[in-house]
Amino acid sequence: MKFLVCISQTPDTTAKISFNGDGTEFNAAGVQFIMNPYDEWYALVRACEIREALGGTVVALNVGPAANETTIRKALAIGADEAVRINADPKSAAFTAKQIAAYAADQKFDIIFFGKETIDHNGSEVGAMVAEYLDLPYVSYASKLDLNGNVAAIEREIEGGVEELEVDLPFVLSAAKGMAEQRIPNMRGIMTARTKPLTEVQPVAFDENSKVVQYTLPPAKAGVKLIDPENMDELVRLLHEEAKVI
Amino acid sequence: MVLVFAESPRGQFKKAAFEAVTYGKKAADILGVSCVAITLGSVKDAGELGKYGASRVLNVSDNAYDHFDSQAYTSAIADIAKQVGAKLVVVSHSSTGKAVAGRLAVRLNGGLVSGANSLPVVSGNGIRVKKSVFSGKAIAEFELSASVNVLSLMGNAVKPEVSGAAVSVENVSVNSQKGRVRVKSVRTQEGIVPLPEAEMVVSAGRGMKEPGNWNIVEDLAAVLGATTACSRPVADSHWRPHHEHVGQTGIAIRPNLYIAIGISGAIQHLAGVNNSKVIVVINKDPEAPFFKAADYGIVGDLFDVVPRLTQALKKFKSQG
Repeated sequence: MKFLVCISQTPDTTAKISFNGDGTEFNAAGVQFIMNPYDEWYALVRACEIREALGGTVVALNVGPAANETTIRKALAIGADEAVRINADPKSAAFTAKQIAAYAADQKFDIIFFGKETIDHNGSEVGAMVAEYLDLPYVSYASKLDLNGNVAAIEREIEGGVEELEVDLPFVLSAAKGMAEQRIPNMRGIMTARTKPLTEVQPVAFDENSKVVQYTLPPAKAGVKLIDPENMDELVRLLHEEAKVI
Repeated sequence: MVLVFAESPRGQFKKAAFEAVTYGKKAADILGVSCVAITLGSVKDAGELGKYGASRVLNVSDNAYDHFDSQAYTSAIADIAKQVGAKLVVVSHSSTGKAVAGRLAVRLNGGLVSGANSLPVVSGNGIRVKKSVFSGKAIAEFELSASVNVLSLMGNAVKPEVSGAAVSVENVSVNSQKGRVRVKSVRTQEGIVPLPEAEMVVSAGRGMKEPGNWNIVEDLAAVLGATTACSRPVADSHWRPHHEHVGQTGIAIRPNLYIAIGISGAIQHLAGVNNSKVIVVINKDPEAPFFKAADYGIVGDLFDVVPRLTQALKKFKSQG
């Protein structure tokens, strides 16, 4: 079995979000970066668990600059066997997908894993795009994955329920809560991560057809209006007359 | 031409389909073109989409589409997009739409905005559309410059609007790939508005003390017609089912009204709910961080306040 886990680096959940003067670039000054939680907790950990049970190789892949290597080493510490960094500063999901697809095209991965979305652009785009480039089935929002020979049994979250399905290898998957539990790298993992192979790959050319022209911050809340806990009629009145939601 | 894929899980449209067609019609008016809807599989009352602004409703009636497969759906929608000369393809930002939007963009060599929440604006090089990014902490405006572009529309971003009359459904055939995903079963909770679609959500956290106390939350939700939700610690302790968990790792929602009961408002929780239009927080701790994100706050014991609010709402509803 050969698994590819695509990991993204995102600002920490608690990071204060700001942009440069004209609102065209994210301001990374003072921001702590982490591995995208869905990629780490669900996709990477489940890939490692299956490798531990059935054997094989887990390759972690990141499209990003050399500064991302701390995050990539963490993936190796958690359990990936080797890593690949495609040396580029991605400007769009489409760019990232093109790079991953170009790398994976001739590698014969059995499953290509993603997290369900990144916590910065929240797009849930890259997995679907990679699947289309490689002409593979795509199962998104998977909350359970088991392999039985060449067949994967998967549960997938849908609106108000769960879909149970089967698909033959190879395929592309995005992982959601339920897939696995977060793993904290242990000392041995951290030590061995230093010597595991991390290969740098050069990006392929890509013509962008979408770009962010402006970032803005949402209008600040007016501030909370406190209501007397004895007077819920007043809250009902405000929800009806002022907020107009009931 | 704007092409809208109106999804019909288990043969029926839900609000997402009517929102997508309403959006498609408004976008078509802005771009000076018409709006065409496409449906896949056996669908009840497909012609109803005309009411929301589709000038034509196309259906590929092959029952192979009764179960979702992203490849089969993508190839069918892309084939129709080429047949009708679509400039813009709109899908819902749902479990279905999210899995086809990226594929469609690649297949049509188009630009993509995933989770769009504003109408397109015509700009020099194409169109501009906004979406929420950084888990609700910022807004990004995209410019799409390809000859055909794809949008997935965030739920509750537009309200379904009737602007016309039902039309007759045209059966069409497509040159499509066969799906390779085999759906074995679908389990859904019937009679409940799923959280991503809910306009009103009543959510509770550890302040409830124990799962046996949830009747006051359910009573409040019932009088509002709201869907119930919970915080992560509550789901992790199995007080409530996991599908009720809203927040960053659970479900992200954007209802018109979100009532948070006994939830302190950790940043991970806020990331999943901060796009709600109006937030009401009930908490006995005046220092709870959630009050900073709230529109209305009640500092008090939830076991007194929640039943009182339920009574006040009953009174309001009975007055009509």
